[in-house]
Amino acid sequence: MRKVYVVAGGVSKFAKARPDKTFTGLVREAYQEILDDLDMEAPQLNELIDSSVTSYFSDHFQRQLMAGIMGQDYLGLIPKPSHRVEGGGATGGICFQEAYKEVASGDADITLAFGFEYMSHVATWKGNEFIALASDVSFDYPVGGFYSGYYAMMVVRHMKEFGTTPEQMAHVSVKNHRNAYYNPYSQKPMKIGIQDVRNAPMVAWPLTRLDICTMSDGAAALLLVSEEGLEKLEKATGKTLPKVYVRAIGRGTDAMRLADRPHQTFDEFYKFNALESEKTSEAKAYYKELFEKGFKYPGVHSFRAGRMASKQAYERAGITDPAKEIDFVELHDAYTSSEIQTYEDMGLCYYGQGGPFAASGKAFLPNVEYGLTLPEKSQVPVNPSGGLIACGHPVGASGLMQGVFALWQLQHSIEKHFNNNKLQVPNAKTGAIHSHAGTGTYVTVSILQRED
Amino acid sequence: MDDKKKDIKMRVNEGLDQGTVLFNVPFPKDLQKLDEMAPIIIKQPYQIDYIHSYGQDSPFFAGLANKVFLGTKCTKCGKVFPTPRKSCAVCGSPCEWLEMPKEARLHSFTVCHFGSESFLKETPYILALIEFDGADTLFLGRLVGVDPLKPSLDWIGMKLKMKFRRLSQFSPTDVYFLPAD
Ligand SMILES: [Zn+2]
Repeated sequence: MRKVYVVAGGVSKFAKARPDKTFTGLVREAYQEILDDLDMEAPQLNELIDSSVTSYFSDHFQRQLMAGIMGQDYLGLIPKPSHRVEGGGATGGICFQEAYKEVASGDADITLAFGFEYMSHVATWKGNEFIALASDVSFDYPVGGFYSGYYAMMVVRHMKEFGTTPEQMAHVSVKNHRNAYYNPYSQKPMKIGIQDVRNAPMVAWPLTRLDICTMSDGAAALLLVSEEGLEKLEKATGKTLPKVYVRAIGRGTDAMRLADRPHQTFDEFYKFNALESEKTSEAKAYYKELFEKGFKYPGVHSFRAGRMASKQAYERAGITDPAKEIDFVELHDAYTSSEIQTYEDMGLCYYGQGGPFAASGKAFLPNVEYGLTLPEKSQVPVNPSGGLIACGHPVGASGLMQGVFALWQLQHSIEKHFNNNKLQVPNAKTGAIHSHAGTGTYVTVSILQRED
Repeated sequence: MDDKKKDIKMRVNEGLDQGTVLFNVPFPKDLQKLDEMAPIIIKQPYQIDYIHSYGQDSPFFAGLANKVFLGTKCTKCGKVFPTPRKSCAVCGSPCEWLEMPKEARLHSFTVCHFGSESFLKETPYILALIEFDGADTLFLGRLVGVDPLKPSLDWIGMKLKMKFRRLSQFSPTDVYFLPAD
């Protein structure tokens, strides 16, 4: 595999509805940011691009089959190679990884990844129906198909097993909405407190409207290049570009139906799923006790796909202590509960400790005032951008949006792009992006690294 | 010939016009100002009936219609799936049918106060993950007979009995669950 650099990215303004543009217009808006960042004109960059990968989740929302090619031709990239990828909520993360493979494999030197979703075509409750079609239509959907309901059942089990509380979940909402306050791209910047989250309308107990992301129209794009591609770009722009590369990628899967998830034993967990950081005698003693109390893995409280994606990415990157070696994470917080579950999958804390971790302050930014009393200092900021909850979740774009924000963190260029420095993670060198589908069916984890 | 052409055109227009009402389309004299125009937004209705076969899973629904709850068991590794599957998720081997016990327990649940459009009229309803003795996975069903406005973690582990809908709709909701006591 060749070394792959991420050199530039762009995000369209995310909003509940963007009737001012069609989806192709949104893609062009995101692409323009890449051009502006590189200080290039479209014909100049288009000539250098070898291929593209495009992502959007739903043919139902789009009501336009083969929408990917329309983005390709709107950008003026025809007749170059391109293909569309789809994998539920992880569509954008998969797009990032497939674009990585295009370059790593030697098939292309410069590849554009672009993704979009146009969800305002239908009303919210019809939109929920479309999303629920991404559950088994024979066994899940007819029972009351509703994603917020599925996630609520998963966190209710988490609460029962580990004592996780809705107030701990609300910390995630407060953090991500507050971070978004300083991100001009975000859809829902808010200064709120724990009680505001708990007093919001109940959607699926115990998840309120402020525990859940919203639907959005939006697009995002990233440019991935080989060393040769980087040389070509530096020659064309006459500039030395900041070096951020993809250190490793990982991906995992699990059963479509959450009822079908296995309930494994301690030995099976250690054989298949444990991270390097969970192999110390202290960690083993912790898990031994947990399993003796009746814990089964992954059950419905944890995302095995997220764990396997993390494990693969960490092993390839040589990361053995993720909470210490990763400087920040942009993860798929479609729900506050799933952010907490993902802390555990990604090994930022042990399984069962996600609730206290959320309220500890470790996942908060050091330079933002949250109006909360946090017992610990910032350690590994999670969703410094505001995440999906506050930035919006135009599905096919979300995973790429994370990549763009992570790139800017690692370029130390947050101030340039956000017009303020509040969200810049100090000295960020290693970042992880995590994209997640269904009730945890496809998950991607990619590690980005700033070159010294 | 000319008349026929006109006729076709009119019919095509009828189709496209459905649900579209638009008055006073703005149009500036200066073409350079067109980009400042407000977007034109139209409504495009879309309705469809899917013909859905349960295929190899059909016996499960025939079972519910006969008050029998069927699961499957892997012929190689022996895993038991109360949400039936004819191919094992653990080892990929074929599975055979078996009847599940009549008693079950509540594994997890939620109360839906909102839902997808087609379920909004049923709110608040309780979604439940059901566990059976001797089974390796769960079943997603509806729970009734508890107060949806007083949800409690103490419900988890509760013994449940199953009931079958008298008039089968060939849906997984032909079976539903309520407290055993
Ligand atoms: Zn098997």
